[in-house]
Amino acid sequence: MTSARRSIAIGVLLLVAALVPLVAGDYYVNLLSQMMIAALLAASLNLLVGYAGLTSLGHASFLGVAAYSSAWLNLHSGLGPLASAPLALLGTLLVAAVFGWIALRASGLGFLMLTLALSQVLWGLAYRWVGVTEGDNGLRGLTRPQPLGLDLDSAAAFYWMALLVVTIALGLIALLVRSPFGAALRGTRDQPRRMSALGYDVWLIRWLTFVMAGFWAGVAGVLYIWYHQYIHPSSLSLQASAEVLLAVIAGGAGTLAGPVVGAVVVVFLKNFVSSYVERWNMLLGIVFLLIVLFLPEGLVPGVKRLLTRLRSGALRP
Amino acid sequence: MTSALELAHLRKAFGGLTATDDVSLSVAQGERRLIIGPNGAGKTTLFNLITGDLRLDSGHVRLFGEDVSALRTDQRAQRGLARTFQIITLFARDTLEHNLVLSLLGVTRSRWNALSTLSRRRDLRERARGLLGQVGLEALAERTVASVSYGERRRLEIAMALAQAPRVLLLDEPLAGLSKEERVTVSALVAAIPRTTTVILIEHDMDSALELADQITLLHYGRVIVQGDRAHVVNDPRTREVYLGN
Repeated sequence: MTSARRSIAIGVLLLVAALVPLVAGDYYVNLLSQMMIAALLAASLNLLVGYAGLTSLGHASFLGVAAYSSAWLNLHSGLGPLASAPLALLGTLLVAAVFGWIALRASGLGFLMLTLALSQVLWGLAYRWVGVTEGDNGLRGLTRPQPLGLDLDSAAAFYWMALLVVTIALGLIALLVRSPFGAALRGTRDQPRRMSALGYDVWLIRWLTFVMAGFWAGVAGVLYIWYHQYIHPSSLSLQASAEVLLAVIAGGAGTLAGPVVGAVVVVFLKNFVSSYVERWNMLLGIVFLLIVLFLPEGLVPGVKRLLTRLRSGALRP
Repeated sequence: MTSALELAHLRKAFGGLTATDDVSLSVAQGERRLIIGPNGAGKTTLFNLITGDLRLDSGHVRLFGEDVSALRTDQRAQRGLARTFQIITLFARDTLEHNLVLSLLGVTRSRWNALSTLSRRRDLRERARGLLGQVGLEALAERTVASVSYGERRRLEIAMALAQAPRVLLLDEPLAGLSKEERVTVSALVAAIPRTTTVILIEHDMDSALELADQITLLHYGRVIVQGDRAHVVNDPRTREVYLGN
């Protein structure tokens, strides 16, 4: 697809997305808001998994840190939800900077295990530091912000705000991966030794990416706490990190659209299908298995490949 | 004049095996130095110590008088040290042009730019095409590395190293695995590198490599055993004994 056609397609998609609340009920609008938050979280993890070649099993930590700190500031410091957000994001950046510094001492399986261990520390804190997090009860009694006097309590208003934030965030992520820095990042994934010989500081490129991925996960965390107005330790559990990793791999790591599609599938199964099927987790597993077996590169690149083959006639009998 | 590269008492051991043992040598600016020695002599290890891919056990590496022993590989590259690899290391899924763009970008500050698209850098693409033209690969600019021949990949590797505008260039067996015609082409490329770049070369193809070399260093079991100009090294009985044969 040419760049002009791609821009038109994105424009049409955004226009359709913006019109959804005018025709759909609150349930579906809320479902789409959750999908957008999950899509941003998955896109942020994709920076690490898809573009840096670093598989993390602790990415939900950053969503949790941003959500918890935003909620805590909101409840205890007298700051409103909007004023708490930049401080929460700053805190998330710092945590990502420290976690990245620790986790990037290893790569491959070692990196995965370190991210898992670090996220488990935060999950344990969320559960056990009852004085701050209220443990298993979670933090509640929160409100949504009212930017410029706009009330975000309605499903449609929140949806439009989330659409705006997520569109900007995904746009900046897309710009990053197409930038010189993005090219360098992919280079460190494919040939780190060659990249060093070419003058690139491989560690620093990976660390900056880790911090940026943490930041965008933090933005998803702020949207999450505004949406749910409640936060529980399960939001930064291993299962939450595994779900977002699943979304990235199922959709297609290293592509811009893949993690968005993967997140939509996971949220759909988790929220919509779970109303009809009790064992939705099993269904999620089966869907993932089918994707790995038949479209191992993920849904988006896999469907693209099939369409290309179809167009060239390779699939005709 | 300050040496382009000076190695002082380099030592590197892997467990009980000493791969580099008290290696000292000095390479003048603009010189063509050939490093020879049988397999396992420690030639590639020496290159890896010079570039910083391997950490020294002891000794010093000086680049134009500056001690770079404690610097990372990328910091040494930023100071003008470039290399090719014995086993070709390229970005196989990317085009030849993109491989060169990455090389050109590596020595500019814009490699950190995350706020504009790389496709806007027409200047880099044009320079990449120019370099591909220099090594006779311009027609293949849009092809992926995976789809071109081994000899073409060798030439691309050299073009990538040259894109860094190196002051010292390390070539690790640039003629290995090439056909006779390709060896002639790559030898001509190496011979055409201007004298502003100091070239240090590891090569087993003595017919081609001797033509390129000003000075030769013979390594054996990680030690320098003979060093000097072509006639001196070739005629030294130790060279015949451990490397050339009779």
